[in-house]
Amino acid sequence: MLAAGTLVLAGCGGTDGPAAADDTIGVSLITKTDSNPFFVAMREGAQEAAAEEGVDLTLAAGTSDADEAGQVEAVEDAVARGDAGILITPNGPGVNQAIEDARAAGLLVLALDTPPDPADVVDATFATDNVRAGELIGEYAAARLDGQPAVIAMLDLLDDVDVSVDWQRDQGFLAGMGIDTADPETKGDEAPTGAYTGGAGGDYTIVCNEPTQGAEDGGRTAMENCLRRDPSVNVVYTVNELSAVGAQQALAAAGRDDVVVVSVDGGCDGVSAVEDGLIDATAQQYPVEMARLGVAAVADLARGGEAPEPTEGKSFVDTGVQLVAGTPVDGVDALDVAEGTELCW
Amino acid sequence: MLVSTATSAADLLQRRRTPAQRVQQVLHAHPWVSPLVVLVVAVVVFTALNPRFASPASLSLVLQQVAVVGALAVGQTLVILTAGIDLSVGAVAVLAGVVPAQLALSGGLPGPAAVLLGLAVGTLAGLANGLLVTRLRLPPFIVTLGTLSIFTALALLWSGGSSTRADQLPAVLSWTGTRVAVGPFNLTTGVLLVLVLYLVVGYALACTAWGRHVYAVGDDAEAARLAGIRVRRVLLSVYVVAGAVYGLAAWVLIGRAGAASANAVVDANLESITAVVIGGTSLFGGRGVLVGTLLGALIVGVFRSGLSLAGVDDQYRVLAIGVLVIVAVSVDQWIRRARA
Repeated sequence: MLAAGTLVLAGCGGTDGPAAADDTIGVSLITKTDSNPFFVAMREGAQEAAAEEGVDLTLAAGTSDADEAGQVEAVEDAVARGDAGILITPNGPGVNQAIEDARAAGLLVLALDTPPDPADVVDATFATDNVRAGELIGEYAAARLDGQPAVIAMLDLLDDVDVSVDWQRDQGFLAGMGIDTADPETKGDEAPTGAYTGGAGGDYTIVCNEPTQGAEDGGRTAMENCLRRDPSVNVVYTVNELSAVGAQQALAAAGRDDVVVVSVDGGCDGVSAVEDGLIDATAQQYPVEMARLGVAAVADLARGGEAPEPTEGKSFVDTGVQLVAGTPVDGVDALDVAEGTELCW
Repeated sequence: MLVSTATSAADLLQRRRTPAQRVQQVLHAHPWVSPLVVLVVAVVVFTALNPRFASPASLSLVLQQVAVVGALAVGQTLVILTAGIDLSVGAVAVLAGVVPAQLALSGGLPGPAAVLLGLAVGTLAGLANGLLVTRLRLPPFIVTLGTLSIFTALALLWSGGSSTRADQLPAVLSWTGTRVAVGPFNLTTGVLLVLVLYLVVGYALACTAWGRHVYAVGDDAEAARLAGIRVRRVLLSVYVVAGAVYGLAAWVLIGRAGAASANAVVDANLESITAVVIGGTSLFGGRGVLVGTLLGALIVGVFRSGLSLAGVDDQYRVLAIGVLVIVAVSVDQWIRRARA
């Protein structure tokens, strides 16, 4: 129904709106920032797809991960320009009203990477299943421990709880380890000690939940703080590979080379960190694919096709996630470094 | 000693002062006293909360954790002493880190040249800030607000937002991460470099004509001009030295973070200003000493680290630092009234 309604509206816009002046299909890509390599890759993917589809692509971004106002302006610009669709990585709920206005004006709005809250603010979301990404590295870490007691450091993105990738990866990791997460949408509320059931199973202790800001210097400081609370840490969850590289600095300074460090992202820098043994395994996501699918979906709809449907059993179109591991373990499927390098961004 | 040699009139004056006024007097004469008291109290309290806090290993860690912001705060102190403010510190440090790293990685730039290039990039960025402040006569807040964006954008364009791991670079770029044992303390060459930086700049500020000129310009630029000080030249030199200091901080950062990254030191602007303000340097210029900044940086480090060791959430650490800033500026205002 919703898709049909959008079609009708899009149709109306097409007959007497500014887009009727010529046949070009305008698409706006609005990322959180223009600096993160993840979004750099996404923009490049969108540019390639736009060239293939003959779509007129406009790039915009917020100035920081929290810049909602900048994104609102970019959405308004897209409507004014007469674009057929918007691909957006929303910075927060502050962008919702602008998105609804854009859809009311007949644009197809797709979220990339980060679903808005609520998810039905957009027509569809193309994203990594970040919970699954966390589960993969949790399963890997548990298998590597092979029954040893797990002393876990959790190096998160921020200290607050409402950034979805943050708690999704964190809680996914614990679920993958086979640890009861209590509320699966809240970081740090799980029992600090208990038993994990992943791999051969065993006892676990969670030493810390420290924010890293997703950067190397933050990762190092966070890991130092965790090691100081308990020097026997043997498993480190990191929210991304930059923080993992920083964490390794702290581990190396403490003379620890026997720690299992897992992460999420799968950019080429991250995969090379796996190759060099700084990271044991990382869950690889596919931002280029998100952008390509998004651009194709807008072009398709503008030419009379259907709006995209979510992956079965999920609220979004899952663009996939795969584990890349330096050393494979039994029972957990993983790409090797060479395969990961081929797919990295 | 002082009382016994005082004249009877001054003696009388001294006696008429309330205890609060005497404290005010001491703090006015020695702006590093209040941060030192805060630091000592903080160390004692955190040690009481967790005895491990006072261990050499733990204190070494605090030094390592504050090294980068501590270095950046040296440049920030110079600028604030001239009644300016530098919002571009983090951006300059990032630029001075990624430019040599990218060239070393792709262009095969030799290590020592890359280090020098980093210092040169920082110095040039400082020169740009200084020229804009002195030639166009724009307020430092506006100039560095603008160059913050410009330097950040240049760093991102140069690197594509990606970071370069130190182990893929010439070893000298991450030499600042080399561990050094000093007695029971486990430091890095970066920490020692930053301490030397404090000694050198601290000496220049306290004991040279240049240092006196910096204070004079910050206290009252017009009076300094009438006294024959070439105000614009002094200001320019401050920004250039500050830029060179940020270049050095970039080198220390590569050693610490294990990478030259466009995403690092995102909070450096505010953190460096925080260290300077808590260290007793007046935001209105002309008053403060460099050792205060060192104490300010250490206070922030001790609070972060001590609260973390006590298992306190990060929000409370941020909150505590905010309270410290307000208290420090209030103390500064109170001290200023001593002479009013």
